[in-house]
Amino acid sequence: MAEVFIIFFRRMRAPLLVLIGAYSIAIVGLVMIPGVDEQGNPWRFDFFHAFYFVSFMASTIGFGEIPHDFSALQRMWTVVAIYLAVISWLYAIGTILSLIQDPVFRRAVAHRRFIGRVRALGEPFFIVCGCGESGRLLIKELARRNIRSVAMDAHQDALQDLELEDLPFEVPHLLGDASRPELLNTAGLTSPNCRGVLALTSDDHLNLKIAITTKLSNRHLMAVSTARTADTMANLASFNTDHIINPFYLFADHLARALHAPKSHLIYRWLVQSAGKPLREVKTPPRGTWILCGYGRFGKAVARYLNYEGIATVVIERDPEASGAPEGAVRGRGTEAVTLREAKIHQAAGIVAGTDDDANNLSILMTARDLKPDLYFVARENRLENNPLFHAAGVDFIMQSSRIVVGHIVSMIITPLMDRFLRQARHRDEEWAGRLLEQIRQVGEGFTPETWSVTIDDEESPAVLGSLAKGLDVTVDSLQRDPTERRRLLPTVALMLVRDDEEDLLPEGHTTLRPGDQLLFCGASGQQGRMQWAQNNEHVLHYLVTGTERAESAIWRHWLADRRRRRETGNPAEAD
Amino acid sequence: MNLEKILFGFFILLALTLNFGFFIGDIDNPDHHDELELFAAIVVSLVATILKFGDRTHIGAVLLSTSLVADLHLIAAAVVWGLAANVGEDGVTSAAMASVVSLSGGALLANIASVVLLVIETVNIRR
Repeated sequence: MAEVFIIFFRRMRAPLLVLIGAYSIAIVGLVMIPGVDEQGNPWRFDFFHAFYFVSFMASTIGFGEIPHDFSALQRMWTVVAIYLAVISWLYAIGTILSLIQDPVFRRAVAHRRFIGRVRALGEPFFIVCGCGESGRLLIKELARRNIRSVAMDAHQDALQDLELEDLPFEVPHLLGDASRPELLNTAGLTSPNCRGVLALTSDDHLNLKIAITTKLSNRHLMAVSTARTADTMANLASFNTDHIINPFYLFADHLARALHAPKSHLIYRWLVQSAGKPLREVKTPPRGTWILCGYGRFGKAVARYLNYEGIATVVIERDPEASGAPEGAVRGRGTEAVTLREAKIHQAAGIVAGTDDDANNLSILMTARDLKPDLYFVARENRLENNPLFHAAGVDFIMQSSRIVVGHIVSMIITPLMDRFLRQARHRDEEWAGRLLEQIRQVGEGFTPETWSVTIDDEESPAVLGSLAKGLDVTVDSLQRDPTERRRLLPTVALMLVRDDEEDLLPEGHTTLRPGDQLLFCGASGQQGRMQWAQNNEHVLHYLVTGTERAESAIWRHWLADRRRRRETGNPAEAD
Repeated sequence: MNLEKILFGFFILLALTLNFGFFIGDIDNPDHHDELELFAAIVVSLVATILKFGDRTHIGAVLLSTSLVADLHLIAAAVVWGLAANVGEDGVTSAAMASVVSLSGGALLANIASVVLLVIETVNIRR
């Protein structure tokens, strides 16, 4: 607040002095000059009436000659006073207007407003540093899950793009270098509600500084950072950054997994992708020689992982010496047929268009398709807005850095159970994955499912706790039954049960629940809400477990018990 | 020598002297207290306040607050006088005059504090 006031008054000093000067000259003049009233008696302004007259005269409201008609001398003085006062007002107003438009002043105001908004958040939030494609996508994904965030970026354009996003609530954002500790503090680093700092800028060094600042100011705060070089990754790991994300490694890992375990890879795709998208099968990448266009950080990561899988690669690189390409690399961009032929495209099984330029990547794909239409096409998509083009080009496997980063972060920090499940699922074989895929296909009805977790505790499932305490045998599948008809199961899959820190993948339906259990489910959209009936309402749960309605009041209970007794004694006619 | 410093000191001192000039005399005798002098004291006090705007030092902040106190007293005195002269039925009575002058006395104290602070600051710089 102080800065805004100080800047305002410093700038307003001269106009205010001019105004006071003009007013006092006008007032003193009026008080001095004698006048004559209607009866011919001499009179003079007193200070109060002079101030009154000058106030409405200077603001050009002009009520007239009050309290008596003026003499000629008074009118002359009024003319002088009008010009003095009106010009001073114009000067003052002009200064205020230019001050409001002044970038320094606006920044001070924006800063002030930002601090107020962060303070007013009042619920857990994450600080997202870097509002590029990944940052915006992450904020959107967090908002979809009702999690607040605070954004920082050094570029006004990025913040403006954020403002244009359709978000359910306002995201406070600040223009500035996020690695400056005092700016991170104003963004709420020291706030008890801050859950963590996510460094997603495109500059590795900046991310490093942000992570260090976070860890130094509060060791227990979660620090997540993207890194694009091995050097930075090691550096980040050295001071316990909680999660280090290298989009290139992640993608190369996915590609490699799609090669050797296509079904397991598909599980990842379907579960991590945002819910409600049409289920798409992914063509399994073929074995054989692959052509790699571009041997930068991305190309190197892909080459490394492909070589792990025992797949030979031919590198096409514009500058093989500088990028340290392996021997036998073809010089060129890969956009021309000549270079592709030189890389023996006719013997290749797949091609990776991995340069950092989308136009070039598309051009590589088009050229390669002309030469050999049945290749497996992998493309790096640098900007999300080009997505329709890549789809039109018929790419089999698209690498979108921002989606990979955001999907990873969301599964790690928002649904930690999901991350755990995926880790465990990696160790299962393809047959297991195939069965799970079939189940997901059935519940999702052709769309990717939603995933959610349920904890057996007082907050999330009081009814389960209550029924367990009464000795009822609440099983996993009793939660999954349809509250309106217990013989029908809701289209959901119980993916994992965590008990005593041990994961049980795809738990059996008849497993009895225990307090403290954590469950991970997936299912068609809306099923989470239907399952909550059983979690929250003991009567519903009683029906689902036992198949009998429980009477809710004493009279009903008595009547139902009576009925049951009669039915059991074998007198159906009377019972009806 | 610096014109800004001269103006600054000039207005602060002038605010004090005008204030004192108005204050001196019998407390309830309107003849001893001039309207014009009170007006001048108000204007000069306002100017002194504005000159102090935007100074971020600690002494600058204290100077600004003493000035604001003086403004408040003087404007209150003027309002009391205006009410007595224009609204009250008895005109400017000696009781009304006494309250006007005692209000300006409060402003005088604030102005003295201002000048003392200014002197301290000057001494510190000249050492």
